[in-house]
Amino acid sequence: MGNLMAWIDERFPATKMWNDHLAQYYTPKNFNFWYFFGSLALMVLVIQIISGIFLTMHYKPDGAMAFASVEYIMRDVPYGWLIRYIHSTGATAFFVVVYLHMFRGLMYGSYKKPRELIWLFGMFIYLALMAEAFMGYLLPWGQMSYWGAQVIISLFSAIPVIGDDLTLWIRGDFVIGDATLNRFFALHVIALPFVLVFLVIAHILALHEVGSNNPDGVEIKKNKGADGIPLDGIPFHPYYSVKDIVGVVVFLFFFSIVMFYFPDGGGYLLEHANFIAADPLKTPEHIAPVWYFTPFYAILRAVPDKLMGVGTMGAAIVVLFFLPWIDRCKVKSIRYRSVIFKVNLTVFCVSFVVLGWLAMQPATEILTLFSRIFTFFYFAFFAVLYVTSKNEKTKPVPDRVTS
Amino acid sequence: MSTDNVVDTKRRRFLVNSTSVVAAVGAGFVAVPFLSSWMPSERAKNAGAPVEVDISKLEEGRLMIVEWQSKPVWIVKRSAKTLSDLVSLDDILSDPNSENVDQQPEYAQNANRSIKPEISILVGICTHLGCSPTFRPDIAAADLGADWLGGFFCPCHSSKFDLAGRVYQGVPAPTNLVVPPHKYVSDNVIIVGVDEETA
Amino acid sequence: MKTAIIKSIVTLFLAVAMLMPMLATASGGAHLLTAPIDINDKESLRRGAKAFGDYCYSCHAASFMRFNRIAKDLEMSEEDVREMLIHTYNKKGAPTKIGDLMEVSMTDDYAINAFGTAVPDLSLAARARGADWIYTYLRSFYVDPYRPTGFNNTVFPDVGMPHVLWSLQGLQEAKYKTVMHGDVEVEELDGFEQIQAGKLTSTEYDVFLGDLTNFMVYVAEPVQVERRSMGWKVLLFLIVLFGFAYALKKEYWKDVH
Repeated sequence: MGNLMAWIDERFPATKMWNDHLAQYYTPKNFNFWYFFGSLALMVLVIQIISGIFLTMHYKPDGAMAFASVEYIMRDVPYGWLIRYIHSTGATAFFVVVYLHMFRGLMYGSYKKPRELIWLFGMFIYLALMAEAFMGYLLPWGQMSYWGAQVIISLFSAIPVIGDDLTLWIRGDFVIGDATLNRFFALHVIALPFVLVFLVIAHILALHEVGSNNPDGVEIKKNKGADGIPLDGIPFHPYYSVKDIVGVVVFLFFFSIVMFYFPDGGGYLLEHANFIAADPLKTPEHIAPVWYFTPFYAILRAVPDKLMGVGTMGAAIVVLFFLPWIDRCKVKSIRYRSVIFKVNLTVFCVSFVVLGWLAMQPATEILTLFSRIFTFFYFAFFAVLYVTSKNEKTKPVPDRVTS
Repeated sequence: MSTDNVVDTKRRRFLVNSTSVVAAVGAGFVAVPFLSSWMPSERAKNAGAPVEVDISKLEEGRLMIVEWQSKPVWIVKRSAKTLSDLVSLDDILSDPNSENVDQQPEYAQNANRSIKPEISILVGICTHLGCSPTFRPDIAAADLGADWLGGFFCPCHSSKFDLAGRVYQGVPAPTNLVVPPHKYVSDNVIIVGVDEETA
Repeated sequence: MKTAIIKSIVTLFLAVAMLMPMLATASGGAHLLTAPIDINDKESLRRGAKAFGDYCYSCHAASFMRFNRIAKDLEMSEEDVREMLIHTYNKKGAPTKIGDLMEVSMTDDYAINAFGTAVPDLSLAARARGADWIYTYLRSFYVDPYRPTGFNNTVFPDVGMPHVLWSLQGLQEAKYKTVMHGDVEVEELDGFEQIQAGKLTSTEYDVFLGDLTNFMVYVAEPVQVERRSMGWKVLLFLIVLFGFAYALKKEYWKDVH
């Protein structure tokens, strides 16, 4: 066995990689609950890829057959229903996990120097994930798939001069059609998964280059023992591997509850209108995107001008990319930051949730007003952060991590 | 604190092993739905459901082909002469007495490999590599030799079968052609795909 | 001073956030009754299947559903299902097989001609509309001489479908009352009045519709019983696995101080 390993190691850095990324990758010992979501996101990615591969074996990316082929999977393929529910529940789980992961980054300043690139790779993952989810949602070819895609693609028509030609090019037809379905299928099952996997690798490599942040925002590499190992560091494997397994089991427990008992999530995960086949002549009464897009959709609806609405929505995502430079405070963790920051972050998160809820409601006058107020709060977070973080009144940060 | 420094390796090994075993069992269960999803779907099963065939118009010496489970099934009506000729071939066949029980149901394990002597029912797929042999009833065909008494010839790799689907010696096909499960609902109506009730 | 301002902003913000759900107005539309659904009640499902075969299936397909699936799930013999539901030839012109899909021979063109609209497939109706909607809709037909079918529906106004169950339910008229919405007078539905008795009493009709709706809920997702029973087994397994994984984690983390 040892000989075999030596033989391989002379030709391929197997042991080196194992050590660099697991057995001798030193991780702060004070990770809390919020640090489960990175490895969980990776696991959900694997779940989605495997269940997705098996779905493509039975699904037909054809305007005339797609809807029926999904029901074929649900009824005629042995255990097809289970694989489909794994995939549809997985989509929601992916965003739950990613949002919590991003919130962790906001709380503990994980995007700050020297981790700006980790944050940027992460944001690109988020962007690719949104594209992946959006294109995947077209594939069941139900009414919500169809009209949701119609609305989102029409966003591009807001772009001056080239807008209309651009939407035509994206659709490959005068409305969403077979051509659109077929290309979205290709992008959903081949192109975007490649991009996602590549970005995830970049995200993890960048992380392992600089080392993990932690709830105290203390750089553990600043305090090394005589052996060169950070005093507050423990090897990822076995300590965090056994810990993350516990996290995975708990996650799977909640995942299974949704998947086996609430697979359509009361119409929020699999929407009622999506059990009617796509019909280009009939719009469903009430269109709302799936929950994970709703905050941005509310921002879009809050602005009365088409171009401005699309622009504002785009800005709501783009501004997140610049977070490492908007937040100028040297202290990373919320534990040692000012009340203003805590309030600001709370308002931001509540606004995000409220916007998400607003987008699912019919756009009455009063609710549109609230959409505007909370859109304002959403953007105000970044403005307030930029202004107040420069000379923020922070508490002293300890040298070593607290437990 | 000091007591904690003593690592209980036995307990650790036990926990690693037991957790791994439980997780492996779980992984095994997870694999089941994914692997089963490759089995024929209800649609495929329905398409492959038993088919009813009316053979009243089948003439002696002729072959008719029906589709069952998307496979060609041959129905040949053999003449009395053909049936008596079958015995004479026994010496040059691999399995003249149909001793390989996988190749036919029990009720077709006889000299004619059929329920009714004159009606032969065979799955028309060569037991070598799955080509569909051609029906060659022409006695002493030029390309098959003077002693050819009619049968099936596979163009892919030259396997030869007689009119009971029995394989010749010295050809690549290892076994006789398969007799599918079938039963007679009346004199002239056969259902292919269902076994005759063994009374 | 500063904290006071922050506090008041936060209070205001939270108050607004909490108030919001109350502002969501329930969207208009008829009030729906609650359908008595029990997907484990095989008796009811079998009665519902019969009702579906007798009254719905001549026009409506359930074209994602196979006959033999019903036989298997509802614990009926294939012969019984054949007798209850199969009276036709399939689209290829061959006798309908027990494993075939529940299609109908009526074409969309024919239906548009006859009813002004294509007849929707009912495989997924219960997932698209909801059980309560179906249950309420089927009892909400009322006599309306201005409609070509002689009937209208309070849940689905000006529906193209005729009231195929009228012989069971009898005939009813819709009653309206006038309510004030602010300064505006609005006509609001105030129940129905039976004007001719049907073959079934009102209680029997309730049970009939309950069974039919139940069957449609089953057809919309035939796997649901199996899904739930697999669910608790998986959860139980995860609890066991959690026990081992947690003990393992605890053991290793004894090292970390």
